[in-house]
Amino acid sequence: MSSDLLERISSKDISRNKQSLTGKEQFWLVFKYVGLCFLTLVAVAPIYIMVVNSFKGITGVSQSAAWSIPLHPNFAAWGPVWAVLRGSIGRTLFFVVQSSIISAIIGSINGYVFAKWRFKGSTFIFTTFLFGMFIPYQAIMIPLTEFNHFAHLTGSIYVLVFAHVIYGIPICTLIFRNYYAAIPTELIEAGRVDGASMVKIFRTIILPLSIPCFVVVLIWQFTSAWNDFLFAIFLTGGSPQLSVATTALNFITGSGNQVYYGNNMTASLIVSIPTLIVYIFLGRYFLRGLLSGSLKG
Amino acid sequence: MLVFVYGMIGWTVKESLGKKTNSYTTAKGLVGLKNYRDLFHDPEFTHAFQNLLKFTIVFMVGTLIAGLIMALLLEKGIWGEGFFRSIYLYPMAISFIAMGTSWRWLMDSTRDAKATGLNKIFWDLHLGFLQSNWYSSERGAMYAMALPAIWQMSGYIMALFLAGFRGIPDDLREAARVDGASETKIYRHILFPQLKPTFLTVLIILGHISMKVFDLIYGIASKSYITKVLAIYMWQVIFDFQNFAKGASIAIIILVLIAVAVIPYLIYVVKTEEQK
Repeated sequence: MSSDLLERISSKDISRNKQSLTGKEQFWLVFKYVGLCFLTLVAVAPIYIMVVNSFKGITGVSQSAAWSIPLHPNFAAWGPVWAVLRGSIGRTLFFVVQSSIISAIIGSINGYVFAKWRFKGSTFIFTTFLFGMFIPYQAIMIPLTEFNHFAHLTGSIYVLVFAHVIYGIPICTLIFRNYYAAIPTELIEAGRVDGASMVKIFRTIILPLSIPCFVVVLIWQFTSAWNDFLFAIFLTGGSPQLSVATTALNFITGSGNQVYYGNNMTASLIVSIPTLIVYIFLGRYFLRGLLSGSLKG
Repeated sequence: MLVFVYGMIGWTVKESLGKKTNSYTTAKGLVGLKNYRDLFHDPEFTHAFQNLLKFTIVFMVGTLIAGLIMALLLEKGIWGEGFFRSIYLYPMAISFIAMGTSWRWLMDSTRDAKATGLNKIFWDLHLGFLQSNWYSSERGAMYAMALPAIWQMSGYIMALFLAGFRGIPDDLREAARVDGASETKIYRHILFPQLKPTFLTVLIILGHISMKVFDLIYGIASKSYITKVLAIYMWQVIFDFQNFAKGASIAIIILVLIAVAVIPYLIYVVKTEEQK
């Protein structure tokens, strides 16, 4: 069967769809939209709860009316909560930006090596790298705390930079490698013929091409480091001088304070805003990171 | 870097074989597998392990189904697809410590006229029988805990399946349609078999996330006994009881659980890629 015949069938199919749907097709379309809208409600419910209750002030939140929209929307809960969280959010921003940039740079170099350089044992090393993505934080947690103690890093925010760089490298390498694998080898060959070194090729040919990939990796690292709780709580030992967004939030909403709904919802919302902004404006890159991090190969 | 990470794992293994049962002693020397043996006789450990299994089953099946349904609804292209896609995926961008606040309230166990959260919706819709104690009930706690996890991950799984569907050439589908195959048959005999690698990836991703689940449960129920899983127990053992050797043993068990599934998968992936 020739391909243009198939093409004609499919184009005819679509045009017929546009003109008039049969009863059965109409039913399915309605069914689909009902399903999609239901799922949308489910997906949105938790964030809806957060948003409406953060505008009800500190004391205006009655539990049984928590689904309703605020009658007198106000920012009363925002000021005090922001005052508590401000320091931690600044600290988080500081370490998250650093660790994302460092791991992106290391990832791009590694990715380049794995994509364009076949050396003995490269497959084995690459596989061990990949497994790095699946290693649970827990498996290195204890030595890491002891190492930090040894390296006099305890009590500084750099323990988190260090931890996230180490943990970010496998996934960054993978994303860059998949991206570089698509760059034609001829380009590199041409550079080599001109007598450029491996390093020079990387700097002048590869790096300028990898801006989109850097965006993907930076967003990925930013989101995961921002949202991380386990490393933060383990490595800072819960000390208030080192609290980051998630640990500070957990301190606010923790067991003793669960009744302050307005407060808790506001704090949760404030902590979620940075990653949500990134998601809303750069969602496509976020999605790409998710997909290329999934090893589809 | 590689040496560093694997070195640390080795260190954890060593620690798990040692007798450093609190941070103040500098006990040296090895006790062999004693720590592991002790763990299997520790009722709290077995409790956490069973909880983790319950959670894993509901979470994996639930997320797989939810994600697949989302992908099926969107897969043929529909007006507003981009909008629905981003709505389903946003939970992935939010920390579970933050979302836990909302979910804790949604899964509040008060009932009937006093109900809040999900129970209130069921009550108002005259579906009172659907009300539940959620994560406060002894029997259903882990199943309830799987709900927020499903909520968070199904968008991701949808994206994976969507990418899978879009990777199948349209010709295949059209050819079957010309041959008179019904839509259900096309899915069953043509599309799903093509998606086998996607299913495998999805299972591996969900499985390894489930094994190390921590934030999600901690964010909602803190260290409560009925929802304890391995990662929470390990945290307690290290911080509250300062028992490093035991904590390290739990960590290694988590690692091994993940490794037995992931390593064969990785070898398979790398091999198939090389054949290309």
